[in-house]
Amino acid sequence: MALSLDDVARIAHLARIEITDDEARRTLAQLNDIFAMIERMQAVDTTGIEPMSHPLGGGQRLRDDAVTETDNREANLRNAPAQQDGLFLVPRVIE
Amino acid sequence: MSLHHETLATLSRKLAAREISAVELAHLYLERIDGNRDLNAFLDVRPDVTLAQARAADARRKAGDAGPLTGLPIAHKDIFVTRDFASTASSRMLEGYMSPFDATVVSNLATAGMVTLGKLNCDEFAMGSSNENSAYGNVLNPWDKSAVPGGSSGGSSAAVAARIAPVATATDTGGSIREPAAFTGVTGTKPTYGRPSRWGMIAFASSLDTAGLMTLSAEDAALVLSAMVGFDPKDSTSVDRPPENFARALTEPLRGRRIGVPKEFFGGGLQPDVEAAVREALGTYQRLGAKLIDISLPNAALGIPVYYVVAPAECSSNLSRFDGVRYGHRARDYGDLTDMIKKSRAEGLGAEPKRRILVGAYVLSHGYYDAYYLKAQQVRRLIADEFRAAFEQCDLIAGPVTTSVAFGFGEKAADPVAMYMSDLYTIPGSLAGIPSMSIPCGFGAHGRPVGLQLMANYFDEARMLGAAHQYQLATDWHARVPAGF
Repeated sequence: MALSLDDVARIAHLARIEITDDEARRTLAQLNDIFAMIERMQAVDTTGIEPMSHPLGGGQRLRDDAVTETDNREANLRNAPAQQDGLFLVPRVIE
Repeated sequence: MSLHHETLATLSRKLAAREISAVELAHLYLERIDGNRDLNAFLDVRPDVTLAQARAADARRKAGDAGPLTGLPIAHKDIFVTRDFASTASSRMLEGYMSPFDATVVSNLATAGMVTLGKLNCDEFAMGSSNENSAYGNVLNPWDKSAVPGGSSGGSSAAVAARIAPVATATDTGGSIREPAAFTGVTGTKPTYGRPSRWGMIAFASSLDTAGLMTLSAEDAALVLSAMVGFDPKDSTSVDRPPENFARALTEPLRGRRIGVPKEFFGGGLQPDVEAAVREALGTYQRLGAKLIDISLPNAALGIPVYYVVAPAECSSNLSRFDGVRYGHRARDYGDLTDMIKKSRAEGLGAEPKRRILVGAYVLSHGYYDAYYLKAQQVRRLIADEFRAAFEQCDLIAGPVTTSVAFGFGEKAADPVAMYMSDLYTIPGSLAGIPSMSIPCGFGAHGRPVGLQLMANYFDEARMLGAAHQYQLATDWHARVPAGF
């Protein structure tokens, strides 16, 4: 199975990464090499094998439903590219 | 012997005996860092911060409040966030980022009194096997400056090999501690997945990411690991087990110890120089009383395809947080919100993270999830089960870390798949989540170091470190210093 240029454009959009046509062409060749390598695992019979999502298994640990975070607004805003009045700024979304 | 050639264990004794102070040690290593800037191992050094921590450590000792690590210098891979040093993951995306908090691994070691020397270069977001993916330039291998130091923890391995830091933290997702340790002749230790906290470790692949150490000896690793790992309620996959003294099995003799040797780790790709050094090391273990047992891990070779589905899938999810809104790079010119995010990510992320994000987005996308992601998770289970079965027959598994000694700059940079093959022998253990390590066991082509890989069953770090220590008592590969350092 080989990817097409359209596939690259589609997944780049899904991943929210701008990509030029030139980059897409180069990326396409590399991704196809990678997927050719990945293809080898398809030969293994995995019927009935439970997928392993985590090395140690077990469920998700739950903590008590209690307030643990203190107000770190100022520290958390310090690295923001654009902020005002204690809020993160982004381009207008609703006209 | 120069002070900077000493192990941490020795430096700890000298501090306890008041032969040296933490401030003197900090000065010594800061000078060494400054004198070896061409290695490009460090990304951020702030002597005022380091010296203030050293003075505090000396004050603790004076007050009778010092532990074995108090006053010992350490450098952190720039994957761990730190309040007092910039945290970049070697990415333009996070250039100049100052974290509001310290990673748990960092704060655990600071609580023990360790003094931070600075932050270490690595592959961008820990993705790579040669450190050539750093946005801040290559790190040189102290044994041969035309060779890569391995990756992704290349700054950590080079710094310890060059004795410009006596210990460094590192992280391992598919081999990023063991491969660079092998390439630079240092001891690289990856504990069981879930034992060290992932909180404050900039995430790459969350079901694989494991913090560990680069040291000059297994004894040093045991010393630091004991303070570094522990249950952390802030990490949802942290293992709740009581603290452990990892040095407790260092003196256990090897007599009767069963060491499994997987035949799949000695296949076609293994270079003869590496094989000779590894076989010699296995012979040493035999002479020390261990019993070698032939074992088989039939699906281990599928570790690479499995890993390059699972890790990119998790990476594409984790790296979605870099959107130019809350932190990180934001493009200068953009239209709407989506355009801003797309351009910010295009500019801020390097080629390898982008490649992996795209692979991940594809394998998780509608119609491909079962064929790739689910399939990979099933084969991952088969690989982990093979390790479990193997540990019924043996106490430890040993083999090569890499197929070859360190390669040269540019040799594999243009071919992602060739680069991915660097982790052929380290990825299976990562997928299983078992502890493993690399210890120096000789030299191969061009006088470049060779590593021996030791793997142990879940939570059996102490015995693994003990077996490494026994080998290091019988050999001196780990004490060899590259010329000029």
